[in-house]
Amino acid sequence: MRWIWFAALLAFASATFGADSPLVFDSAEQETRFKKLMTELRCLVCQNQSLEDSHAPLAQDLRNQAYAMMRDGASDDDIMDYMVDRYGEFVRYRPAFSPLTFLLWFGPLLLFLIAAAVAWRWLGAQQAAAGAELSEADDARARRLLNGKSPRKEKQRK
Amino acid sequence: MRKRFFPLIIFIGLVGLLAFGLTLNPRVVPSPLIDKPAPLFSLPQVHDAAAVIGSEQMKGKVVLLNVWASWCVSCRLEHELFVKLASSGEVPVYGLNYKDRREDAVRWLEFYGDPYIVSALDADGQVGIDFGVYGVPETFVIDGDGIIRYKHIGPIDENTLDKEIMPLVRELKGRRT
Amino acid sequence: MIPELGHFALVVAFVLCGAQAFFPLVGAVAGNRAWMDVGRFAARGQAAFLTIALACLTYSFAVSDFSVAYVAQNSNSALPMHYRISAVWGAHEGSMLLWGWILSLWTLAVTVFSRALPAQLLARVLGVMGLVSLGFLAFILTTSNPFSRLDPAMIEGRDLNPLLQDPGLIFHPPLLYLGYVGFAVGFAFAIAALLGGRLDAAWARWSRPWTLAAWSFLTLGIALGSFWAYYELGWGGWWFWDPVENASFMPWLAATALIHSSAVTEKRGVLKGWTVLLAITVFALSLLGTFLVRSGVLTSVHAFATDPSRGVFILGLLVAVIGGSLLLYAWRAVTISKSSASFAPISREGFILANNLLLFVAMATVLLGTLYPLAVDALGYGKLSVGPPYFNTVFIPLMLAVAVIIGAGVIARWRNDLAPRIGRRLRPAAVATAVVAVAAIAVTRDAPGIRAALAVSLAVWIVSSTITAMNVRFRPWSALAASLAQVPAAQWGMVIAHIGFAVSLVGIALSSLYSTETHRRMVPGDRVEVAGYAFAFTELREVDGPNYRATEAVFEVAAHGQAASVLRAQKRIYSASNMPMTEAGIDGAFTRDLYVSLGEPLEGNAWSVRLYVKPYIRWIWLGAILIAGGGFVAAFDRRYRLLARRNVVGPATEPRAMAGQ
Repeated sequence: MRWIWFAALLAFASATFGADSPLVFDSAEQETRFKKLMTELRCLVCQNQSLEDSHAPLAQDLRNQAYAMMRDGASDDDIMDYMVDRYGEFVRYRPAFSPLTFLLWFGPLLLFLIAAAVAWRWLGAQQAAAGAELSEADDARARRLLNGKSPRKEKQRK
Repeated sequence: MRKRFFPLIIFIGLVGLLAFGLTLNPRVVPSPLIDKPAPLFSLPQVHDAAAVIGSEQMKGKVVLLNVWASWCVSCRLEHELFVKLASSGEVPVYGLNYKDRREDAVRWLEFYGDPYIVSALDADGQVGIDFGVYGVPETFVIDGDGIIRYKHIGPIDENTLDKEIMPLVRELKGRRT
Repeated sequence: MIPELGHFALVVAFVLCGAQAFFPLVGAVAGNRAWMDVGRFAARGQAAFLTIALACLTYSFAVSDFSVAYVAQNSNSALPMHYRISAVWGAHEGSMLLWGWILSLWTLAVTVFSRALPAQLLARVLGVMGLVSLGFLAFILTTSNPFSRLDPAMIEGRDLNPLLQDPGLIFHPPLLYLGYVGFAVGFAFAIAALLGGRLDAAWARWSRPWTLAAWSFLTLGIALGSFWAYYELGWGGWWFWDPVENASFMPWLAATALIHSSAVTEKRGVLKGWTVLLAITVFALSLLGTFLVRSGVLTSVHAFATDPSRGVFILGLLVAVIGGSLLLYAWRAVTISKSSASFAPISREGFILANNLLLFVAMATVLLGTLYPLAVDALGYGKLSVGPPYFNTVFIPLMLAVAVIIGAGVIARWRNDLAPRIGRRLRPAAVATAVVAVAAIAVTRDAPGIRAALAVSLAVWIVSSTITAMNVRFRPWSALAASLAQVPAAQWGMVIAHIGFAVSLVGIALSSLYSTETHRRMVPGDRVEVAGYAFAFTELREVDGPNYRATEAVFEVAAHGQAASVLRAQKRIYSASNMPMTEAGIDGAFTRDLYVSLGEPLEGNAWSVRLYVKPYIRWIWLGAILIAGGGFVAAFDRRYRLLARRNVVGPATEPRAMAGQ
């Protein structure tokens, strides 16, 4: 019930106001550049859509605004700053580098390094243990006795 | 073998985050304009196309700026509160009529009552964009120096008005004098 | 009466579920055979009663009983019958019932196909599944009862959301849940092994086909969801990195790691602790997905009607099920997973370990990106959005690395291999890859061209190395068939799935790099050229559907002066909800899709029209079908069935095991 106005807004999104008139571009490059920029911006009224995908009237207004700025020679950064100044960091689908997002951007690399280090140490320990205890042949025999599995290789038919 | 507990520890952290997440509202986006000067604007008035209303007229006093439209269903939910507030005279309420038609706006005010000192007619929504409006109705508290101190998205209710907005207005007024 | 019967059946199922959880678990500890056997009967009873419950709800939809709140909210008397039936799982309450029902079907399948398991293990597996089911049925009964009555009844239903009035709804949720819920089996096997203290190669072999089947269903479910979004949402996108999509993708990534690591555990008896942990993680992520979708903590395009009390319940369930499992893992795994088997880095298992590392990091990355905004918000630093640009940036390199590793991994021998031997065997694949890469770059010579060349050559790399690994004898030709017949099903599955990955890779790369689109104002009679295709807007007409009215635009498309196809795009207004829907006009073909969608009417007789040409986009889903098909084929490998029948463990059960020595 708290979200009635969102429902109203969405209903409005489909009303006659949403004039979805196409924009005219000087060149294909400009159109591509514009569309790419629009996919980087999050629509505020929609659940989770970019300005490019959204049919909401506000998204249309913001597209028109960005279009006008682009035609006036604004750079992508100018347009992005314009949106962020008014609507906050929320509109960036690609969060800006900042102390707040370091962990987000370097997280995958960090995770990879941690995982690789763990795997590496485990491998080392495993080899040390196996190497110290058994020779290859002993190992195979022992495992057969201990109800372990023998390796099955791809079939060799040379 | 403490490392056996790592998955459990990570999981507990995750659960803590999710539990906290349940108390948050994911859809309200805070405005970056809080504690920043309100955007300057100058627009025709709803009732008088020839007259102008803008930042100039709101200067020097603590005001509420309410963004509304005749097509906005949930604006009706909060409107009565504004009418009551206006009659109390405690704080001037200005209106920003957002993406509306003049005649619709006038008719709406006639029907539901007009609590606004003046309503600005933002037909193309340009000023709305400058104010970062995205969910009509929205209500701003702007202090005497023209700084935005508070923003509420969606219809306000009695609780918000009495517990949040009015105390802030009184405090800002006090700071002024 | 029927809804009450359904509700009653649900309560009976809940009680049976309690029996299924209690008796076998206690019986397994006490060594009481009779108590252990209760599990099987209780599980079958539970499946029967949940089937009755689901049938009752379906009946209420079929006869449009608007005295049932859930039916009144999600159906309408004008709704066609097939959508009334799929509307059963069109919203929260019914989809939870579907969840519970599918879990009972998987449990039933375990009682049927795993009869040969040691009684104690089977008892524990059924008991754990009973516990999970108990939690979910309690959730349905307390917070999400689909049988609640309205008094007075509504005269007319509010109608199913028009977005869901699509064949996609009929198949997408059941497939997705078959996947999600199916992981409960692998999870139950993992917990049973931890409880019983027996975690060995046999355990991996018993649980593996279940995980493979669930993973294949999930693959199909995700692919179908993506295809549905592609044709239904009207802007031609097929993956949005939306939290709900991520919620299904994370278990998929973890399960992909699991089916590989469990192969290592099965073949070599190593990585046992890791495989168990993955089995728990996969199911944890399935539950997490359920939480994310239904609690409302994240904003998503697929919002269910959310309710904080449901969120609290599922979170509690998550804590009980997964927290308990991880505690058990911390307590027991150290005593169980000791293994003295050697593990050489240059070996099949070495490459699988690398693959697991990458898939795990990929999964963790998706989790990080999905929950990061929540964490930032929780710390009071405001709101930010993590969207497709982020995910594409960090995810694509990981997947390219996976593609590179596949090539070497399929060639490497189990146990121990030599780098030079692998290099020698990979030479033909490397040559093929290099030739394709050079040719592709020479033809295109621009930035997207290089990326496309990278993707296509990696696909060639995967396919050629996988085929090399099959060891099929091509000459003489007469020997080919016999040689192919020698390839075991598990290997066929691997080959098909890896080729599917390559096919998807090509589809993703080419369609995202070379799609052309334009947004125009058009009136009937207009022609627009897009990427060599002439789209002629020939006719605009009104069409009446069963429960909607539509404006239909007809486009005749020609390529090089030859008529290629006729596309019909509609803008529908559904009568009950007055909601507009865009139905795109699509002509799908092997190498390209032509796609037209209507925007809004403009002044005059004009419409805002979006026209797209999307090369190779079908390959994305074709690849996914192959991946899932590979999983199914592998799940039906003979050795799993043999094992189930004989109930013996050890090298002797598998003559092939020694063949390669």
